[in-house]
Amino acid sequence: MTILGVLIPAALILGGIGLWAFLWSLKSGQFDDLEGAANRILFDDDDGPEES
Amino acid sequence: MAEVSLAGAPAFADPAAYVRAQGDGTAMLDLIVENIHCPACVPRIEGAVRDLPGVIEARVNLTTRRLHLAWRPGTTDALALVKAVTAKGYRLAPYDPLELARGADREGRYLLRALSVAGFAAANVMLLSVSVWSGLATDMGPATRMLFHWISAAIALPAIAYAGQPFFASALEALRAGRLNMEVPISLAVLLAAAMSLAETLRGGDYVYFDAAVMLLFFLLVGRYLDLRVRDKARSAAENLMLLRAVAAQVVAADGSRRALPIAEVEAGMRVFVAPGECIPVDGRILAGNSDIDTSLVTGESLPRAAGLGGEVFAGTLNLGGALEIEVGAAGESTVLADIVRLMENAGQVRGAHVRLAERAARIYAPGVHMVAAATFLGWFAFGGLGWQDSLLIAVSVLIITCPCALGLAVPAVQVAAVGRLLRRGVLVKSGDALERLAQADTVVFDKTGTLTTGQPRLTGGETIAEADLRLAASIAASSRHPLAQALCRAAGPGVAALPEVREEPGLGLAATVAGAEMRLGNRAWCGLDAADGETGGSELWLTGPGRAPLRFGFRDTLRPDAAAVVAWLKQRGLQVEILSGDRAPAVREVARALDIDRWSGECRPAGKIARLEALKAQGRRVLMAGDGLNDAPALAAAFVSVSPAQAADISRTAADMVIQGEGLAPLSEALRVARVARRLVLQNFGLALAYNILAVPFAAAGLVTPLIAALAMSASSLAVTLNALRLNAIQRNARP
Repeated sequence: MTILGVLIPAALILGGIGLWAFLWSLKSGQFDDLEGAANRILFDDDDGPEES
Repeated sequence: MAEVSLAGAPAFADPAAYVRAQGDGTAMLDLIVENIHCPACVPRIEGAVRDLPGVIEARVNLTTRRLHLAWRPGTTDALALVKAVTAKGYRLAPYDPLELARGADREGRYLLRALSVAGFAAANVMLLSVSVWSGLATDMGPATRMLFHWISAAIALPAIAYAGQPFFASALEALRAGRLNMEVPISLAVLLAAAMSLAETLRGGDYVYFDAAVMLLFFLLVGRYLDLRVRDKARSAAENLMLLRAVAAQVVAADGSRRALPIAEVEAGMRVFVAPGECIPVDGRILAGNSDIDTSLVTGESLPRAAGLGGEVFAGTLNLGGALEIEVGAAGESTVLADIVRLMENAGQVRGAHVRLAERAARIYAPGVHMVAAATFLGWFAFGGLGWQDSLLIAVSVLIITCPCALGLAVPAVQVAAVGRLLRRGVLVKSGDALERLAQADTVVFDKTGTLTTGQPRLTGGETIAEADLRLAASIAASSRHPLAQALCRAAGPGVAALPEVREEPGLGLAATVAGAEMRLGNRAWCGLDAADGETGGSELWLTGPGRAPLRFGFRDTLRPDAAAVVAWLKQRGLQVEILSGDRAPAVREVARALDIDRWSGECRPAGKIARLEALKAQGRRVLMAGDGLNDAPALAAAFVSVSPAQAADISRTAADMVIQGEGLAPLSEALRVARVARRLVLQNFGLALAYNILAVPFAAAGLVTPLIAALAMSASSLAVTLNALRLNAIQRNARP
């Protein structure tokens, strides 16, 4: 049963990373435009952020 | 309609008034793209401005249909950027994002955060709970179980404290006001479950309900979030519509120079310039210029009215003829608007009496649940021979099992599906309960001008006019923006060249020299005819010239293309249809006859419309009011449920529960159909939730519900309700011919 001492924290940490990632993406506006962002990968002339 | 709507909302207002300077020396501007429809528009719009010198950022948000621009002010300016986009055929309107960044967005983010925390907690606690449940059947030792319970408590309690706040706050508010709402049993169940589980953990008991408590919160937050999305989606679309009309006013300074000001900053006494074809932005008095004013949005009258020096004009009307300078009147000075606002305020109080289905369910449900739980506790304690701790344990399990998970999802799940569907079909529903009310409507009252009709005149009796005369008249009319002149050009068809040097006299007509003789096209006075000799059935233009008999062109407002079909559909569905119009009676009678509507009245003042609605209400009818004008706004606010077309006056769109877009009325029948299906599904969902409770409560009261059963029952009922809501899409697809 000592394995629990590893597995439970591991599960919680992995879950916590997921939660943090979601909260971060929410904060950084990843969900602001669900329709447009889904299509951006299809644009030919979209050369990404400016190099300069 | 194209010309009129273009004239009403110019391609863009002067964007300079909305540019925000940033601290780092860059400038930002947010715009609404009116006619963006597909993802392909995104690179086209961004491409139009991205490579211009000085542009730092150009990003389209397809969901909200808004464009964000940032640039360095020295190298380019707002007007150049806006022109680059409008040149591609997109219509833009600037807006101030700070005005929009209000509560709803923040609330949405907060709910999402709470939802994610509850989800995290539910998943992890469930992980532990499943081990405990299987451990109860096999060989898990009490020490391990204790450990798991403690870890569960450590995850669940903070999560409940954070994610439960929306419910606790609402419940507290209701209790303070001496009411019961759905949040009261929810909060009670969650808090009691958490407290009891903690007590059980301390005592080393077998059963804890941490998983049930957090899962409950998770499902309910999903319902909450869906509910918010319904309101938010429709609201942001409605705001776009609203802002498209918020054209900046051209304020004239003392030295004669003009600058654009947002309408909110225009003060009484300022002089405002209104170009021909523009919407008049303010109430006031004409200081210079002559023109025809299209007041159809304000009074419902389909004929333009001449206005000259000293004449009063109202915001929302359309300047057709010549350029005007207007002195802005003091707020409240304008009697029409003040009248309408007062009527609307009174009418709004009537609307407040509607009780949402979910609230009605909560009123029966909350006391019922509490009584059952209390009876369970007393029953076990007094007659069952259990101690107070075990009795309380069972009573709390009753509260948990009856907690309105399914009820909380029953309404929003259906409304999200319905509102989303209607939005794609061109109907903006501003609130979920508008759908509920729409489903119950049994009478439809239409305004005429701009609602049943397009608000755009069309030549009548064209076949009796010689082709050569029509083409001659059209060639004179081609240079004018007056709606009757434009209608004449449309009637003559394409290929009519505009005559050079046509003189336009605002409020009178046009004059041109054809083969050495002056030809006049305009009203009776302009053409030297007697003012009135009987003909009053519509608007008219006369064509005169030396040596020829005056020729009359009659015009009539045209019905929307599908008005007859929609009215017939409504009648076939058993709804009573009526027309209440501010226009003159003969014009109303004609429309009523064309649409086969028996009940109609013309020359209704705003108060008259309300009186008629009150009379209908007294007969026990639930009225759907459809109207577009300022004069309809009080009636829209007073009606049981209301709808206005997208071209309507701002105040009417604000007052209406729904806004339909497009040329036709077909979205109205679609909305009615969807609303009725949605209502049926909501009632079915209540039925499902009730059936589940009737099944589960006896077991819970008997003390047979373990945490495992509670968790299964809760997820199953929530899932059933959500799946039932999704049937909305399937039903609709089959129902379409």
